[in-house]
Amino acid sequence: MKQNRPVNLDIGTIKLPITSYVSILHRVSGVILFAAVALFLLALDASLASAESFAALKSTLASPVWQFVIWASLSALGYHLVLGLRHLVMDFGVGETLEGGLVSAKIAAVIAVVVIAAIAGWVFAW
Amino acid sequence: MVTSVTSFGRSGLSDWLLQRITATIMTAYLIFIVAYFGFNDVDYASWKALNAGLPMKMFSLLTVLSIAIHSWIGMWGVLTDYVTVRLMGAKATALRMVFQLGVIAVSLLYVVWAIDVLWGI
Ligand code: HEM
Repeated sequence: MKQNRPVNLDIGTIKLPITSYVSILHRVSGVILFAAVALFLLALDASLASAESFAALKSTLASPVWQFVIWASLSALGYHLVLGLRHLVMDFGVGETLEGGLVSAKIAAVIAVVVIAAIAGWVFAW
Repeated sequence: MVTSVTSFGRSGLSDWLLQRITATIMTAYLIFIVAYFGFNDVDYASWKALNAGLPMKMFSLLTVLSIAIHSWIGMWGVLTDYVTVRLMGAKATALRMVFQLGVIAVSLLYVVWAIDVLWGI
């Protein structure tokens, strides 16, 4: 393949549909999650090592900064999960039309917002 | 058929399918954990007892293996889209190799770390 063939696509000049936004956010959330797994494993480690480390984890996670970090990480997970399930549904041939894609993107976005709000309700109340 | 030495399953179809299988396993784990926290008042003793059992260890191990495979495949797709000669010039291929090896190394570390935690209970 010719390596430096011209590409005439300036994405900044194009008005993107909602499907583009939910898709790029799914990608961004996936990359964030790859890093967040380290946090999840750190928490798993502390929660299981001893009764003391379990208690220490609980008090650490109660600080506002950590609440925010955990909320953001779990939100990335919730978003990626909901939009990932949309992928799986479409892979079975459901909603593969242009119209169907737009509708399911909207439904998934609403569900994701509800999930993220529920996570906030849980994390910031502990 | 297009094959690639740095993708996980060496073929796009295989990677595509593994991405779906690992997503399903992780979803099952998440549903279980959310339900567990929803229906139980979790304290150290009960949490430890849950995770000390062999079935739960296997489930957790399967999940972390899924995370590793899923991340390898997912990050491969991201890196081969953006860290390219077209977007970054001649150095891109070497740079992408470094990133890909980094992703693979971290994925393996996650698995070893999880095994260490789970079998250390
Ligand atoms: C810690 C866990 C996870 C990490 C680190 C992760 C990471 C990623 C990454 C980096 C991608 C590539 C995104 C792209 O190319 O646009 C991806 C794709 C994907 N993820 Fe995840 N993911 C995780 C959990 C999940 C879960 C729980 C699901 C459940 C539905 C899921 C479903 C998917 C699907 C279906 C794709 C493929 C999208 C496509 O083919 O374009 N992921 N993931």
